Amino acid sequence: MKLDSKIPSGPLAEKWTKHKFDLKLVSPANKRKYKIIIVGTGLAGGSAAATLAELGYNVSVFCYQDSPRRAHSIAAQGGINAAKNYQNDGDSVWRLFYDTIKGGDFRSREANTYRLAEVSSNIIDQCVAQGVPFAREYGGLLANRSFGGAQVSRTFYARGQTGQQLLLGAYSALSRQIGKGQVKMFPRSEMLELVVVDGHAKGIVVRNMITGEITSHSADAIVLATGGYGNVFYLSTNAKGCNVTAAYRAYKQGALFANPCYTQIHPTCIPKSGDYQSKLTLMSESLRNDGRIWVPKKKGDTRPPNEIPEDERDYYLERKYPSFGNLAPRDISSRSAKEVCDEGRGVGETGQGVYLDFSDAIKRLGEDVIRDRYGNLFQMYERITGEDPYKVPMRIYPASHYTMGGLWVDYNLESNIPGLFVIGEANFSDHGANRLGASALMQGLADGYFVLPYTIGNYLARAGYGPPGTDHAEFKRGESEAQNKIKKLLSINGKRSADSFHRELGNIMWEYCGMARNEAGLKKALELIPALREEFWQNVKVAGENEELNQSLELAGRVADFLEFAEIMCWDALTREESCGAHFREEYQTEEGEALRNDKKYAYVSCWEYKGVGAKPELHKEPLEFENVELATRSYK
Amino acid sequence: MSSTQVSSTPVQVAAPSNTLTTSIGRKVFMAITGFLLFGWLVGHMIGNLQIFLGQDKLNAYALTLKHLASVIWIVRIVMLAVISIHVFYGITLWLRNRASRPVKYVKEATVQATLASRTMIWTGLGLFLFIVYHLLHYTFIVTNPQYADLHDSLGRHDVYSMVILGFQNYLISIVYIVAMFCLSYHLSHALASFLQTLGWNKTEVQPLIKKIGYTVATLMFLGFSSIPIAVLLGIVTLPGGGH
Amino acid sequence: MNLTLYVWRQKNAQDKGHMETYEARDVSPHMSFLEMLDVVNEQLLLDGKEPIAFDHDCREGICGMCSMTINGIPHGPEKGTTVCQLHMRHFHDGDKIYIEPWRARAFPVVKDLIVDRTAFDRIMQAGGFISVNTGGTPDANTIPISKKAADTAMDAAACIGCGACVAACKNASAMLFVSAKVSHLVNLPQGKIEAAERVRKMVAQMDKEGFGNCTNYDECEAVCPKEIPVKFIAQMNREFLKAKFKK
Repeated sequence: MKLDSKIPSGPLAEKWTKHKFDLKLVSPANKRKYKIIIVGTGLAGGSAAATLAELGYNVSVFCYQDSPRRAHSIAAQGGINAAKNYQNDGDSVWRLFYDTIKGGDFRSREANTYRLAEVSSNIIDQCVAQGVPFAREYGGLLANRSFGGAQVSRTFYARGQTGQQLLLGAYSALSRQIGKGQVKMFPRSEMLELVVVDGHAKGIVVRNMITGEITSHSADAIVLATGGYGNVFYLSTNAKGCNVTAAYRAYKQGALFANPCYTQIHPTCIPKSGDYQSKLTLMSESLRNDGRIWVPKKKGDTRPPNEIPEDERDYYLERKYPSFGNLAPRDISSRSAKEVCDEGRGVGETGQGVYLDFSDAIKRLGEDVIRDRYGNLFQMYERITGEDPYKVPMRIYPASHYTMGGLWVDYNLESNIPGLFVIGEANFSDHGANRLGASALMQGLADGYFVLPYTIGNYLARAGYGPPGTDHAEFKRGESEAQNKIKKLLSINGKRSADSFHRELGNIMWEYCGMARNEAGLKKALELIPALREEFWQNVKVAGENEELNQSLELAGRVADFLEFAEIMCWDALTREESCGAHFREEYQTEEGEALRNDKKYAYVSCWEYKGVGAKPELHKEPLEFENVELATRSYK
Repeated sequence: MSSTQVSSTPVQVAAPSNTLTTSIGRKVFMAITGFLLFGWLVGHMIGNLQIFLGQDKLNAYALTLKHLASVIWIVRIVMLAVISIHVFYGITLWLRNRASRPVKYVKEATVQATLASRTMIWTGLGLFLFIVYHLLHYTFIVTNPQYADLHDSLGRHDVYSMVILGFQNYLISIVYIVAMFCLSYHLSHALASFLQTLGWNKTEVQPLIKKIGYTVATLMFLGFSSIPIAVLLGIVTLPGGGH
Repeated sequence: MNLTLYVWRQKNAQDKGHMETYEARDVSPHMSFLEMLDVVNEQLLLDGKEPIAFDHDCREGICGMCSMTINGIPHGPEKGTTVCQLHMRHFHDGDKIYIEPWRARAFPVVKDLIVDRTAFDRIMQAGGFISVNTGGTPDANTIPISKKAADTAMDAAACIGCGACVAACKNASAMLFVSAKVSHLVNLPQGKIEAAERVRKMVAQMDKEGFGNCTNYDECEAVCPKEIPVKFIAQMNREFLKAKFKK
């Protein structure tokens, strides 16, 4: 398979401008003749839907929630990066680009990443015009903060609810278009199949989650904005409903899945308290600015933290990374926490946690200062755990948070199936092997507001309008496939819930394909997953019937896809014999335990092609070329 | 059924309607008419309290009002209109509010809504019935026609004695006192509510506004009820052989 | 701890629905309320019974999906907390807990504890936005906005659209929800331009959806998981009156 990334020629800084000029346009009078389907209403999907409708296209939007306003972008706390340089501290498009590509450990495309940095400023302008209440200085200008170890202050924020406010901005723009009739909204609708006609993506098969009705929808182009697959680990910071189904069904129709092993684990989450735990809650990383991370030196030390004397505590990040200390990057911090817990020095009832201690900061700065800085986070922590972090150290543990991998797309955000576009977290394109803090929101909105609306026109202008009717054989095939799968799930009537399979899968993935991976573990996972899948299809129990609102059926369908998808993740992690970004292979590390990249052999995008359930997918490589940056090795010692 | 969730487009956006028919519009009318009634009541109470100044003062006051008959009738007609609007909107809003929750909770609970706020319709209707009785009792002297024949030494209608005679009846006094409690309870929610409905509220001043509301409501109760109580306690008595 | 749950069960919108009793055994105080229901549901499923349907998604108190009335109080007894963030440590062994869906004519029950809140979306579609298209916007720092105005706008914008205000209001009024959006936008200079039209249209749509009227119970404010104050309702009333005089 020939993978054409369609990166425009010319100097990096001029590529996007040049490309925009080269793209074919759809004339204003013709736009209304085209129909576009968008699946997902997060930052990427919501912003794309609004923008395409404003341009005059007919847009149909689908989401599984009861309202487009609930997509999980809403939960992002920290902020959104933009190269505005409002703080006059030396930021620039180039610096944001460089930080992003370096943060991704040089596993993303220069051109995509540069474009992301380039349009970042427009996003802020757009959001302010929509009424997003970003934080302000007393003089009335926008406030910024430094985030995730960045050396400039380029992060815009709205309290701890930046994702919510940005999403509500996109939602309001989308609502306006729905009110005008330019967008047709289908809430509580789950995409089950992608329909490809004559090699082009032309429709989707959808289940109405209230009536169970399976319907087909055709369009001139399909856009997937369905988010990431972090829930493959069962416990994650994702919403319960987040799933891989839409992306995975596209993969089964021939779309390539790129870099699935790049999954980001966030270090500061509230640890799980028991087996019933349904999700993990993230707390802003900013806590690490003043909190000190430690565990007891002794294994199995069950004394309450306040009774453990100073010299029996191991401040392991400060010990191992003296210059960065508690602010060591996300992956290092996460991995170190897992290490000490695996040694049996973890704290809390489950032993899966480390202390984040504010007592020194409170002594130094006073409780009021700490309350001022982190009051809402402390409150959230107390609400969930019932412990007062002003008195008892917080307990934290890493959790799956974001997935850099996703469906492969070219520079136009178009997958290898013509007419299928993938935006936001669902694609793989901009973050490489690791994502910087406050960059997910930036990418979602960049794709939706400022990239896709240009590039999709180029496809539409060439492909022409007039989608096939939904009575086409391919739609019928898609419908019957979806129906058969539902029938099968309902007929097994076994002894285990889909949720219990999901938990077990999550444990396998967390253990063998989580923060640190090795060959033996991955091979083991590749044995365990098919066996679990086998059992699932023999022994799962799903309640009720299809023709009703059936949450147990919805879940079973999603878990079934995770059970297949998990294997590609392991294949990807197994074949990438290097450590880079969030992908840490224990065999490939420096003597100090740092990730050891292998640029000679692995500076490529792994693109996996479906070859049947359980069969090893075929690997295609898109080489990454770096013309503008030097591949540096990071060091946080 | 299948279409219940798929929001069909374009959305039928409701046309901005007449102020009188919007929810907020009706509330504003409630607030304004309520406030006018309150204002009238304050005047009424100050007038009534002259009973403590003695027979002469009160009867003179009554006569002055009588001489202003045309003005009084205009005021009466206006107040009739005001009270009609207040009652009519009060009832229609209440009906609509009830219809907005066709299925009740099996387990009902209240966090901070005051009992006064939840019983506005009942204190209001109670007051309305009372007003009808009150008008028949003292204004149009229908229930006790003998009051019409009371005259003081100057030949004026002896309102002073009429009031005392009326309140010397325990039953009547109790009805009045209960009604005034309803009024005060109604007002205790109404006054802060008035400001809120017309758009004057800030979180910082809300507790103060509420306190002022309660105080004024209490003063109204004390002011009005002081008369039957004073009569019952013999503080205010009939003038010696004054009829 | 062991609990007795009285849960509203309703097969679909047409079904009349009824309360059913369940025993929740060995509930850990660390569980969230929804995790407790997960455990009950797992058992129901394995017993061949239909699990209780309830809306939920992010489980961190921001998406606004979870919605149930616990002992008569939307989102349960803890102030400023969605039900997904409500933990069982606030309950006691032997408690009887009534769990019901949001009750409002404008929020018809879809199944069990799930209601249809698309009325909120339609109110937003009527005017809950600033009419700007993508692109062509001025630089973000062109209009300075006082910190106070931005903070007030943010206070209102924190609304998660869960509908607890409607569920708690004795009149099933949506005034707090609508006023949060009206106030969010009108406190910012960008939002002032369309202020009059916005409030008129949103209120008209709100009335059309069949919500009740505000009678200033302030019950909405008490249950709002984001503690949005009723002063925003006052502001909306003010804006509405202004809009009337403007015409």
